[in-house]
Order: sequence, then structure tokens, then C-alpha cells
Amino acid sequence: MSTLFADEPSTRPTAAPGPDTRILGIETSCDETAAAVVAGGTRVLSSVVSSQVDLHARFGGVVPEIASRAHVELLTPVVAEALVEAGIDGDGVDAVAATVGPGLVGSLLVGVSAAKALALVWDVPFVAVNHLEAHLYAAFLEEPDLELPLVVLLVSGGHTMLIAMEDHGRYRLLGQTLDDAAGEAFDKVARYLGLGYPGGPAIDRLGATGDATAIDFPRGMLDAGLDFSFSGLKTAVINHVRKHPDSDTADVAASFQEAVVDVLVAKARRAAAEVGAKGLCLGGGVAANSRLRERFLDVCEEDGLRGFLPSRSLCTDNAAMVAAAGWWRLGSDGPSPLDAGADPNLRLG
Amino acid sequence: MIRARTKSVDDTKALAAALTGLLRAGDVLLLAGDLGAGKTAFVQGLAAELGVDEPVTSPTFVIARTYDGGRLRVHHLDVYRLDTFQEAIDVGLPELVDDEAVTVVEWGDVIIPTIPSEFLELRLHLGEGDDEREITVRAAGPSWSNRLAAVTQVLDPWIDRG
Repeated sequence: MSTLFADEPSTRPTAAPGPDTRILGIETSCDETAAAVVAGGTRVLSSVVSSQVDLHARFGGVVPEIASRAHVELLTPVVAEALVEAGIDGDGVDAVAATVGPGLVGSLLVGVSAAKALALVWDVPFVAVNHLEAHLYAAFLEEPDLELPLVVLLVSGGHTMLIAMEDHGRYRLLGQTLDDAAGEAFDKVARYLGLGYPGGPAIDRLGATGDATAIDFPRGMLDAGLDFSFSGLKTAVINHVRKHPDSDTADVAASFQEAVVDVLVAKARRAAAEVGAKGLCLGGGVAANSRLRERFLDVCEEDGLRGFLPSRSLCTDNAAMVAAAGWWRLGSDGPSPLDAGADPNLRLG
Repeated sequence: MIRARTKSVDDTKALAAALTGLLRAGDVLLLAGDLGAGKTAFVQGLAAELGVDEPVTSPTFVIARTYDGGRLRVHHLDVYRLDTFQEAIDVGLPELVDDEAVTVVEWGDVIIPTIPSEFLELRLHLGEGDDEREITVRAAGPSWSNRLAAVTQVLDPWIDRG
């Protein structure tokens, strides 16, 4: 019985994926249950995302056990809906791609196991996809002709990194956070300020009504290399509020947000200059932040860079980007073995 | 109970580094404390002194991170969102308390029933000055009780005699 799950490629002949190759993507790395069908790596035939935000809100963050149980319940209907919206059934799927990491191990396993089962049943290749690489491919869904090299600023609850994309499948990590991810800083500061979860949208909304120059919070490591540090900023916000309990929360939110955005934008433009990038691209959940989007586009214009902001639905976790990355991976590496496991700490490259 | 005081983030890292000489494989450290109290900084100081050369980042998103490459393997867990005993079991926490590693658990209270009865607990509190931290240290179980005199000795520069 062990041979069923051994490294046994599909028996169906697999040619390199072409412009009509349809890939079912599955994403369950954190708190979004998502499935999508993408043709040719760029044409989105369907993209369904079922968010669990409401389930986790009262805990102030994603609770792993609740997340994996919810994925189990939601995945089958979400996959079914993605197929219906794409107007196909299992026969129309040429490969199944799933995020294998990084993320929460219990959540990842739900999507990975489902993808392997579907690939076996439909007798099509299974493709293991790195979640970070998938975020890079979100940009290509809307702009298939993006010129390389690109610098991508990937900012989310779990990640803050600058990546040089030199070619498809060829990346260089230029810098990353040395402590908290930017989105984590948003969540933790929002929780401290009593703004609820998720923290990013809450600070975005409230910050828009506050004075971003009211408090001069530290810009951690602003002039030091391309790595990030947000832990000191989080502590500075806490110290400020302890000392000035009457300070206007909107001003605190706006000033905090400005400090984060200042550092992200300054480092992204420096990275683009160092790499000689033709364009700069944003990805990850924090890329939905209004102030970051505004400042990002300003900087691209000033520096004569092609700035690319994926739409908000493609910045946050989704399965269309997984299917897109899967299409490229299938072409470069072929099918993944069915014994490829989930890896919660998977890195890029 | 030992009461210590640090003056800065780097000082908290130095205190953590000072403890590493006493660490053995299989040890468990519980870190409790408010947001911004320096729990991750503590683990950074500890891991660096053990010889881990990659950045130790917050484990909040993935719950657990493991660092090899030092004198001892380090498991770093952040379990503040785990509500129950069963959740801690589900994320494989008991497996992470292994005989070949030091396991450092942030926000330790909820998971106390799942870990061995022997651990060193450190509670970090915000002090009066912005960068000051008060740290209380408590030993549970004979393994750490037997080492408490040595802990007091290595922490001497930070002991609060006020």
C-alpha cells in the first residue's frame, strides 16, 4: 500500500504546460480557504476565497486549531464553486497545485492532502507551491508582461521581505525582518490600542482621520541595509500610550502607520536602485494598506520605475496566485512527488 | 524567586546570554510578559549566545520555529493564541519539548499542563523607564531548583536589590 503514496508520477502523459493548461490552485496556509482555476498561468477562470476572519476576530488573531477545522469544512465547497465558476468539472483540470508552506502546519496539511487526493483521482500532476513564490506571481496575473528584473516588497502578517526576481523561478532575498513582520506589528499595535482584529484595516481606517506627524515614532534601521525591524516601533507605541494615556488614538494610529510606511518605501526604492530593477511590485496582505499604496506609487513615479500594485484581492491570500505559480513550476520542474509534505517554515529559493 | 532588572533591549539580550551556560538539552524556559516586554529579544540573546547565526524572528505567525546550528537546538514557540490543552497537543507541542533541544515558550501560562513539570519561568514586565524591564525568575521542579543558586550567580549583575 505504500506505493500509492510513493514518488510515483501520474500515468497520464504530461507535456509542458501550454497557454490552455488549466490548473486548479488550492490555498490553505493561514486563515483563508481558497481555490481557483487559472489557464496558461495568467487567465483567471475562477477565484473563490472564503475568509475565516470572523471566526478568529474574538481571539485577536488566527487560532491554529480553529483554522484547520474550518479549512476541512470549507475546502470541498470552495473547490466545487471554483470549478462551477470556471465552467469545468474534474475532466477539465490539467493539474492541481497547492501551497505547501510556509504557514500553519495544520492548515497547510488540509490543502495539501486535498490537492493530492484530487490529483490521484483525476490522474493529473500534483504541483507543490511555495506561498511566497505564489505572492510574486500575483502580479503576473494582472500584468503578464511585467519586465524583469523586478523588486518585490512582500509584506504580510507573517512576512516582510524584499525579493529580487531576476527570472522566473530565480529569486534573491535582499532583506527581511529581523523580528516582527510588518503585518504582525499592525495586529499587535491594533490590539494594544483596542482596535480589534484584523489590525491592518482598523489602523488604515482610523489612521486616515489622524495626524501622521503628531508623534515622531522611531523608523527602525531606516539607513541600515535592507533588513527590517519593527519590534522597537511596537514598544515605542506602547511606551507613548503609557505616558500619554489621553493621546488621540487616531493620531497614534496615523503616526505608527507613517513610521511603518516610511521604512518600507525607503528600503524598497533603495533595493530597486541597487538591483537596477525595471519595476517595483507590492505583494502580501499589508499591500492593501491605503497609505502604503499611495506612497509606493509616488516613489515609483519619482524614481522612474514601473510601479505595480496588484488589486487588493490579489494582494491578500488567494488561490489564483497559487495556480499561476503552479503553472510556472510545472513547466520548470514537472510534477511534484506525492510524498512531498507540508513545510511550515519553507523558505524562498 | 529572583528579581532582576535590565536597562535596555541589549541588556535583556545579555541577561539571556548569561543564562545559556546553565542550559542543558531537554530544558524548558517559559517566558511570560506583556506585549513589547522583550520576550523575542530574550530569545534572540539566548540563541545568539548558543551559536545560532540566523535571525530569530517572532514565531507568532507560524506558532513554532526551530533553530539549528548552535550548541543546542532551540525551539521557539509563541502560544498566546492557543486556548486549551488540546490545541497545544494539536500543534505538536509535546514533540517540541525534546531531549536534544532547549524549548523556549512565550506566553506560557495556558500550556503549563502540557509541558514537563520542570521548567524555568521568566516573567518580563515593563519598568519605569521606557527601556527598563523587571524580570522575575522562578524554578519549577528539582532540575531547575538544583540550579537556582547557579542562576542567581550568573544573573548577579542584574539582580534587583532595591
